[in-house]
Amino acid sequence: MEELINKLKKEVIEQLNLEDITVDDIDADSPLFGEGLGLDSIDALELIVLLEKNYGLKIEDPKDGKKIFHSIRTMAEYITEHQKA
Amino acid sequence: MSEENIITGYCTIRHNQVIVNGNITYFQENFINFADFIKSAFKKEEISYSKFFKMDALSKLGFLSTEFLLREKGLSGYSEERTGVVLCNSSSSLDTDMGYFETIRNRNEYYPSPSVFVYTLPNIMIGEICIRNRIKGENSFFVQEHFDTEFLSRYVNELFENNRIDACITGWAELLKDRYESLVLLVERADLAEKSENFRSFGKFGKNTLDNLYKNLTQ
Repeated sequence: MEELINKLKKEVIEQLNLEDITVDDIDADSPLFGEGLGLDSIDALELIVLLEKNYGLKIEDPKDGKKIFHSIRTMAEYITEHQKA
Repeated sequence: MSEENIITGYCTIRHNQVIVNGNITYFQENFINFADFIKSAFKKEEISYSKFFKMDALSKLGFLSTEFLLREKGLSGYSEERTGVVLCNSSSSLDTDMGYFETIRNRNEYYPSPSVFVYTLPNIMIGEICIRNRIKGENSFFVQEHFDTEFLSRYVNELFENNRIDACITGWAELLKDRYESLVLLVERADLAEKSENFRSFGKFGKNTLDNLYKNLTQ
């Protein structure tokens, strides 16, 4: 899980052009939106593309997005769970 | 009381160089591509605005031209609603359009990028400038075959004459791949500008002055 979390941090930084953020700056449990990394709605769409492009996972129900993209850890958990399925 | 509109500042970016009010403010001697150049100029200015890195190349050009333009004088004294932004170029958002096309051209690798898509209109550059500077007045973007100084000066001067604005960020911001140039000016009502402490005039805003400034840029 920790390996996937680190990989995800790197991918999120690259995909969202978070120029001044390093892997160490991202707390795996901190919220990605709002007070955390301060991501916006376009970033949310980019995260959906990231999951599909890098992990072959499509989010069928948009309502699930809030839970899946709460933090890097919740993203990693979703990937682990659904790639096994 | 003068009723004319005057240029109180200007910024040009071209050939790895930023010139503000006629003075070279930033210069990269070694050739680097636009992305690296604009990033180095941004970092040199020590601007704290992380959204810059998410912008497309055209928006970065317009945004940074405006940052340099306003860093001395700013827009203080003007209401948000009575400040305008009118820009033009010839390649529209083609640079980003092509980048977006790359994300959708391959059916097997079809991943349209939302963050690229949002910049596939040239007036998004104006939006970025307005958000940064809290400008809520007239804003327009024109795509022209070449820099039509007569049209632009007439259009902006009419906004002043019709009492729509008191100040305007205007000019040319053109970019396609690594070919880029900007001439962004601050135009103010002379009678209002003359009241400010650090008042400077670079001439009456009109076709001739624009032509001369653009000629200097492209020489």
